[in-house]
Amino acid sequence: MYPFNYHKPSSVDEAVSLFLDAEDPAYLSGGMTLIPTMKQRLAMPTDLVDLSGVQAMRGIERQDQKLVLGAFTRHAEVARSEVVAQAIPALAHLAGLIGDNQVRYRGTIGGSVANSDPAADYPAAVVALGAEVVTNKRTISSADYFQDLFETALEPGEMIVRIELPIPRRAAYRKFPNPASRYAVVGVMVAQFDNGVQVGVTGAGPCAFRASTLEAALAADLRPEALAGVDIPDAGFNADLHASAEYRAHLVGVMARRAVADLLAS
Amino acid sequence: MSATGIGAPVRRREDGRFITGAGQYTDDLHVEGQVYAVFLRSPYARARITDIDASHALSGEGVLAVLTGDDMRADGIGDIPCGWLVKQKDGSDMVSAPHPPLAHTFVNYVGEPYALVVAKTQDAARHAAERVHTDFEELQPVIDLATATDSVEIHEGVRHNLAYDWELGDRTATEQALADAAHVVRLDLVNNRLIPNAMEPRAAIGRYDAATGEHTLYTTSQNPHLARLILSAFVGIAPEHKLRVVAPDVGGGFGSKIFVYAEEAAVLWAARRLRCPVKWTAERAESFLADAHGRDHLTHVELGLNEHGRFVALKVQTSANLGAYLSTFASSVPTYLYGTLLAGQYKTPNIYVEVHGVYTNTAPVDAYRGAGRPEATYVVERVVEVAAREIGKDPADLRRMNMIQPGDFPYETPVALTYDTGDYEKSLDRALELIDYAGFSARRIEARQRGCLRGIGMSCYIEACGLAPSQLAIQLGAGVGLYESGEVRMNPTGNVTVFTGTHSHGQGHETTFAQVVSDRLGVPFEDVEVVHGDTGRVEFGLGTYGSRSLAVGGSALVKASDKVIAKARIIAAHMMDVGADDVTFDGGVFSVRDSNRSMTIQEVAFAAYVPSNYPLDLEPGLSEKAFYDPENFTYPAGTHIAEVEIDADTGVVRVVDFVAVDDFGHVINPLIVEGQVHGGVAQGLGQALLEHGRYDDYGQLLTGSYMDYCMPRADDVPQFRVDTTTTPCTHNPLGVKGCGEAGAIGSPAAIMNAVTDALGVRDLTMPATSEKVWRAIRGAKGGIR
Repeated sequence: MYPFNYHKPSSVDEAVSLFLDAEDPAYLSGGMTLIPTMKQRLAMPTDLVDLSGVQAMRGIERQDQKLVLGAFTRHAEVARSEVVAQAIPALAHLAGLIGDNQVRYRGTIGGSVANSDPAADYPAAVVALGAEVVTNKRTISSADYFQDLFETALEPGEMIVRIELPIPRRAAYRKFPNPASRYAVVGVMVAQFDNGVQVGVTGAGPCAFRASTLEAALAADLRPEALAGVDIPDAGFNADLHASAEYRAHLVGVMARRAVADLLAS
Repeated sequence: MSATGIGAPVRRREDGRFITGAGQYTDDLHVEGQVYAVFLRSPYARARITDIDASHALSGEGVLAVLTGDDMRADGIGDIPCGWLVKQKDGSDMVSAPHPPLAHTFVNYVGEPYALVVAKTQDAARHAAERVHTDFEELQPVIDLATATDSVEIHEGVRHNLAYDWELGDRTATEQALADAAHVVRLDLVNNRLIPNAMEPRAAIGRYDAATGEHTLYTTSQNPHLARLILSAFVGIAPEHKLRVVAPDVGGGFGSKIFVYAEEAAVLWAARRLRCPVKWTAERAESFLADAHGRDHLTHVELGLNEHGRFVALKVQTSANLGAYLSTFASSVPTYLYGTLLAGQYKTPNIYVEVHGVYTNTAPVDAYRGAGRPEATYVVERVVEVAAREIGKDPADLRRMNMIQPGDFPYETPVALTYDTGDYEKSLDRALELIDYAGFSARRIEARQRGCLRGIGMSCYIEACGLAPSQLAIQLGAGVGLYESGEVRMNPTGNVTVFTGTHSHGQGHETTFAQVVSDRLGVPFEDVEVVHGDTGRVEFGLGTYGSRSLAVGGSALVKASDKVIAKARIIAAHMMDVGADDVTFDGGVFSVRDSNRSMTIQEVAFAAYVPSNYPLDLEPGLSEKAFYDPENFTYPAGTHIAEVEIDADTGVVRVVDFVAVDDFGHVINPLIVEGQVHGGVAQGLGQALLEHGRYDDYGQLLTGSYMDYCMPRADDVPQFRVDTTTTPCTHNPLGVKGCGEAGAIGSPAAIMNAVTDALGVRDLTMPATSEKVWRAIRGAKGGIR
């Protein structure tokens, strides 16, 4: 690790202003990606702005038909939250599948969503639920938020403050973990709202996306069997040591079917 | 059996310090004045070093030196030797390319060290390492094992990149028998490259005392005496009597810490040059790149059977990847530890094996848990399984009808070994009973209803352990004898310090050996302390590998204990005023026959050090040394049976049941033995389903971290069911055979036999990853049971 300046602000405004004043800063949330990268000397920020002291970024709250999660909410807090379990049990389940205990006690939803790792779990929920990403400047719709591999709509210095997730009637998340890293090779969230079914996919493409062909099939018939003939083109899908694009496309179908089955059983 | 004696399930006494963080590993040691080394490693698989510019690095604060391979050579430091000379088919010596500790001129694999930076802090050393500018001229690398012999020459003068072309057995008779066989099964097999991943990364501290000229190396070694021998006699760091090697607590080795590594030589040399202790601790990324890897074979096998299903001939042709240089025992692993095991448990009368040892621009490949024997078992047990399926015999029946029978021992195989004892059917029967073999088809049907393909597979393995009879080993090319030494020292107050030349790095010797000695001497278990891992304290030793420690090292301790008892008997007889023949010894007490006079061994020990009433012609003291050289290898054997379920939609394989029935001879501590089996099977499961060290075409390691190299975890393994059968080893005093590697040897074939059974395919290469299995299912549409 290279030396850096450490800051621990207590408000969003202070954090942003520290960030904007620094030469090559980085926000530190759970640090589950940033710290290992720094330890390997692949990242060398001049300044770390540690967000753990910003109270406004914490908390889990139900507001009418929305679940509001402070960006600094750790995965373990989501996994064991009564409020989440009542509102969107599939989200608590998803959080409990991330990494391992150590990771879940450090990693945060804001950090995960800001990083937009193609194999992270939360992005599947953000797109499937049609969440809104609230930053220090504006509210970004999930449809516009994820842009590419590790690329989001966030501007330099812009910081996620909270994430607002519409509460579906029912939802379910299925994950096919990478056997080595336990990241998602493919993860699929299926969410049923009064006005339709939304399917979010992580792991398969450069960033999380909504699977419109699956949604159309499920809109007509919300059963696993409805997905049997649906073609999932693998163009642009990720391919690595663990799974080819073709296999990932196949797994999207399998995980979607299983998620639908879970949803119906919930 | 006492609560702590031979056969008792004593909890490991060393675990307290390990699990409370009180262990003292090499990196925990802080030698006064120590400075830190960081190694510069080749980013290329094959290149010429054209320039190393250290000027920038040297200007950094706290930077003491940048030392290169050329500097090392100029100081007269020699190459790292391969400790086992294999003779080729034509009688010539194998071709061993020079292996300098620090590369100069050429680098030959990604991660090969070519220089080190030494600085006052680790940070300064790392920072400086980034500021060394090295120019390389890239050369075409040789990565692919299958085509390596037709590729450019890696080492000048090593034609076809062949270290050796080796054979064992009768080729003519084997080929004739195959030609005459009623049925011949041919199979091409891949034994995947594994990366060892001991929990503790390698580390080393070099220390030099200018006043005395003494060098001390603290290192993560499985065999400190061998490290001292090689570093003094071959690498030329310091004469043996001026070099002490200490291997303190070591956190796992699995073979990867047997070998003498460049970094060990370099820190000693640097410490002498710089006149301060130099410490290096590997990062995990370095371990992936530069610890010796394991396995990596390509094999074609042919098994001939007669019309009744009896095996008549086995022919095996293997290409073994040795990596860029021959590591310490690299040459022996795919030859004498592999070819000699190809008889397995069977009376195959004709066996022939030829092995090409091949250089590639990858990390050196050497012994890894099982070392050659898992590869041999995989070949034999896969081809036997396929044979059973092809001729329509039950796999258990085919094995049984070909097994060596209890009446056949000693049994001389066609591949140079003489098995002393065994009862292979007994283990097979017990394993079949435990797994409920007869009930399998019902379990398969039930699984199918859940969308799962269930398969069953077995493996009847044998291994040669207790390395090794020295004369035989040396005849076959070993550079050292493979006996073991031990010392049993009774202290004046009656407790015992035991010194062993083996090294415990997870095996629990401090417990097992204390059980053996306390049982033998009749002293309390708590009164026996086991010392190992320090050439300054232990006379000599060959270390721990090849499941040898108890069979060879334990036998040396028995021998030394018996010498102690013999001397103590003379003292006791003198003190009780009778002849030695009139004194019996039992449970730590010397008694005069037909009388009530007796003395404890502790009383005798005191008398030996305070000799007031003492035989005049006897030396005082009660401490005895022994060397034990085994007459033969030991031959643990057994049957492992796996049941797997495959998710037909995703191809994910889960081992849902696993039975291991092993014959380890007598068992000293069943708790430790069971733990060893669990660990070995977990590693075998890793090889079968998860682990694969892979390089790209340029020789970059693709699986260089836990993000991509898949180690087995607790939730990947089932609840193992373990049992033992016993035929005591006939030629060592404890009747023990060794248990450290059996799990890793037997399990891969059992699991792959189960996977291929579930899929109804002939073969699938390890590891059986979900995508591979999914493709097999898709390819066999309609053909899957």
